[in-house]
Amino acid sequence: MPLDFFVIQLLNGLSYGLLLFMLAAGLTLIFSMMGVLNFAHTSFYMLGAYAAYQISEWFGFWPALLLAPVAVGLAGAAVERYGLRRVHKWGHVPELLFTFGLSYIIVELVQVVWGRAPVPYQVPVQLEGPVGWLQQHFGLTFPAYRAFAMAVAIFMLAAIWWLLARTRTGLVIQAALDHPQQVEALGHNVPRVFMLVFGGGCALAGLAGVIGGNLFVTEPGMAAAVGAIVFVIIVIGGMGSLAGAFVASLLLGLVDAFGKTSNWSIADGLDAVGLAVGPEIFGYPVWKLTLAQVTPVLPYLLLVLVLIFRPRGLLGTRAD
Amino acid sequence: MTPALQLAQLTKRFGRTEIIRGVSLAVAPGERHALIGPNGAGKSTLFNLISGRHAPSSGTIALDGADITGRKPFEINRLGLSRSFQITNLFHRLTAFENLRCALLWSLGYRYSFWHRLNGLREVERRAEEILLRIGLQRRHKTPAGLLTYAEQRALEIGVTIAGGARVILLDEPTSGMSRSETAAAVALIKELTQGRTLLVVEHDMSVVFGLADRISVLVYGEIIASGTPAEIRANAQVKEAYLGRHAQAAV
Amino acid sequence: MRTEPAAPAAAILRFRPLNFGRWAVWGLTAALFVAAPFAFDSKFSLALMSQAGIMIIFALSYNMLLGHSGMLSFGHAVYSGLGAYFAIHAMNMIGRGELFFPVSLLPLVGGAAGLLFGFVFGWLTTRRAGTTFAMITLGIGEMVFAASLMFPGFFGGEAGISGNRTVGAPFLGIDGLDFSRDIQVYYLIAAWCLASMVAMFALTATPLGRIANAVRDNPERAEFIGYNTQRVRWLMLMLSAFFAGIAGGLMAINLESVGSEALSAIRSGGVLLAAFIGGVAFFFGPIIGAIVFVFFAVALSEYTKAWQLYLGLFFVILVMFAPGGLASLILMNLRVIKFGKFRRLLDPYVGVILSGLALTVGIVLLIEFTWHRTLDIALGATVTVAGFAFDTSQPQPWVLAVVIVLAAGAAFEFMRRRFKAEWDAIQIEIETWLRDNPQDKP
Repeated sequence: MPLDFFVIQLLNGLSYGLLLFMLAAGLTLIFSMMGVLNFAHTSFYMLGAYAAYQISEWFGFWPALLLAPVAVGLAGAAVERYGLRRVHKWGHVPELLFTFGLSYIIVELVQVVWGRAPVPYQVPVQLEGPVGWLQQHFGLTFPAYRAFAMAVAIFMLAAIWWLLARTRTGLVIQAALDHPQQVEALGHNVPRVFMLVFGGGCALAGLAGVIGGNLFVTEPGMAAAVGAIVFVIIVIGGMGSLAGAFVASLLLGLVDAFGKTSNWSIADGLDAVGLAVGPEIFGYPVWKLTLAQVTPVLPYLLLVLVLIFRPRGLLGTRAD
Repeated sequence: MTPALQLAQLTKRFGRTEIIRGVSLAVAPGERHALIGPNGAGKSTLFNLISGRHAPSSGTIALDGADITGRKPFEINRLGLSRSFQITNLFHRLTAFENLRCALLWSLGYRYSFWHRLNGLREVERRAEEILLRIGLQRRHKTPAGLLTYAEQRALEIGVTIAGGARVILLDEPTSGMSRSETAAAVALIKELTQGRTLLVVEHDMSVVFGLADRISVLVYGEIIASGTPAEIRANAQVKEAYLGRHAQAAV
Repeated sequence: MRTEPAAPAAAILRFRPLNFGRWAVWGLTAALFVAAPFAFDSKFSLALMSQAGIMIIFALSYNMLLGHSGMLSFGHAVYSGLGAYFAIHAMNMIGRGELFFPVSLLPLVGGAAGLLFGFVFGWLTTRRAGTTFAMITLGIGEMVFAASLMFPGFFGGEAGISGNRTVGAPFLGIDGLDFSRDIQVYYLIAAWCLASMVAMFALTATPLGRIANAVRDNPERAEFIGYNTQRVRWLMLMLSAFFAGIAGGLMAINLESVGSEALSAIRSGGVLLAAFIGGVAFFFGPIIGAIVFVFFAVALSEYTKAWQLYLGLFFVILVMFAPGGLASLILMNLRVIKFGKFRRLLDPYVGVILSGLALTVGIVLLIEFTWHRTLDIALGATVTVAGFAFDTSQPQPWVLAVVIVLAAGAAFEFMRRRFKAEWDAIQIEIETWLRDNPQDKP
């Protein structure tokens, strides 16, 4: 594999992985803080993309980058305040089902408002084309927008870490996770903390949508396309572990980037060691599958492996 | 004679905190052994280690001579050890009768059967009814466990614990939250239900301890500082200082 | 020392007269199944009832996991879908003369496939419990779906596999009973539905069934009474997958075609919705839910393209206000009737129902208008809702819809509070009476 091809795929994989992590991080935070697995998380991602499209149609991309996540965050907070909070008293399964139904509804509402076809949410003019200095100095053609997406993701990561570890708000949030009653007794408004956390997590998903919407395609199916992968990530990484989600996201991003470009198949491998594999061999349909064809399934195969050998997840600490 | 339950140099660490620091204990078959100690001494943790809820960091546990260290709870239960919980831990949507019936199914050999009609299992039913009568809940047999009163739940808790016929019974604060009369009734019930079996009880109520136990061990900061007959413990100066204090006056 | 003899004790609980009620219910159900096509004899009704029958089996199998064992799965379509594929391949083998097997028993092939994959995937998925289990089922479901597109030989790609159910020997050798007519397929489905319902009901009264309940209520305690909870959940999943496979086999017979959507997350989500809408805490809940779901998916979809949105809204409203499902609503009202207090609810009910209907009309209008403008605008600005034509390019219909929503919304909120006050008062009276008069008479 030529070096520049390798580096490009590496960067592709990392950028996709970081985007996945933006989603997985918000999901993990909400789950850790509130015990609620937000099934509608990727729907808020989709809302972020559509909101960014709409706002950029009116005002341009850069206002959208700022306003869309805020809008989605507010929507999330409203959902928590008027919907989720009501269901909280019924337990975890109804909470999960509420977010499941919500994801259904958001997808349908998006179609009612914007239609079934993809919307033309574009990369801003300033970020079109390849990254200048990479091309000049290394001869690498890497899209500038992908680099921008990576930068946003890293900045977001750093901001979360700073918020949780260094500010008072963050400490209160961490405390409310473990001991909500004590924190409430100390005068903190725990329901409001929950609303903030949920809204914040949704805002993160919305930000990912702003970036992902024009990096990929903005269409009603985009939530489902990335939905299962994100949940697989948090199981592989270990439920409730941000570090685990980070590792798993990057891993899956790289697997996706490198897998998609490879036409290698098991039959090729057997061929290389002298074992000819033809259509009459049992299981030929499996052996002749190329890695590129199998890539959509690789995250789930990884899930299966993790479940067999390390059920708690890569960096998981809690048994449920 | 092989002890019914033997703990050898048991330790348990959570992260860097050592909760149990080298506990050794032997309980003879048929003995009623009480475990007392101040709050936070590690009594519940010790129970969790014995019953398989947590694995010890080091040391061994033997049940009738068989090593059960680190085994899963259901394996330990099948070998003949059963425990109750300090916070009532029942099948809240099943009726009182069903709770007892479930507790009997494995020990009567029905395992994972889906080809037996539950209502046709006469022996299971007979035994469940018998226990129901002995714990005094025959008038509440159709009530979901979650809707019973606290005292009724505690009684059912004991019933579920002994139903499977375990030879070694661990009771975790069976009379917590009870009034004086309720406590007396509970102690009588425990004595009756655990006849001939080995009993290890964690208790705070000294009258229960001194009325029920053949031997007492005192757990302080994860270590057993004294072990002996009630008279010996009462007379032990170290124990008095570390724990009994004023309680000794009330119990005597 | 106990001195009372065992006989009175046993007599307290064991006296159970022959349960005529249960036989009556099953008999009535069977009679209903037999008589239904005479009451509703249009082709459309027959299709509706056939699909409902299959969905009932599917939803009941799903509830073996959720309601009975406390396992929330997002990937149950894997078992019904694979069952369907195996059944249709068997059907084609019968057609080619490679297999001598009655078409009427093809659901067993589906069931066997379901059982097999329940064994394999079940071992994997039950290694974890709770929310993690739910996520894993989602992943496995997506994996099987994605994998199905990679093996067009077996799965037939996006178009799927088609078959012909009139192949092989006719039913019981009787000429003409070759399932060429829809009514014959309906009765086949009805028979399997009845048999499956009885079987799944019987399962709830077995040791495994009851222990599954215990594992649902308190998995930790279940371990401490000697049960390996993972083994229990695995077994329940296998049995549930068996019945899901039967539903899949019937789908293959009914539609004579199986496509990739049989394995899709949408199909998995649908059965979850159906079971939950009906009510997971009661055995008959998913039966109601299946019928309601088929109504939305098959009947409502004839009238509006936004039926999925309506279904989603209906589901979320139930989760928020009646998580016990329709079954719980029915039973709670039956209890009020039994206590003779229903009269007090008549007036509030009328108020809530009328204002609720008006509010629904307003919301439906808004949704249909917006939908039309977004998706069907090429057909012109006029949309027909329930026979009334509205010109969506004019402001008047919109104003009308908004006014209805606001006015009916306010009225509904008022009526709802009035209802709730009366309902809560009645519930307190009932609960108090029950507390003072324990019902555990031997």
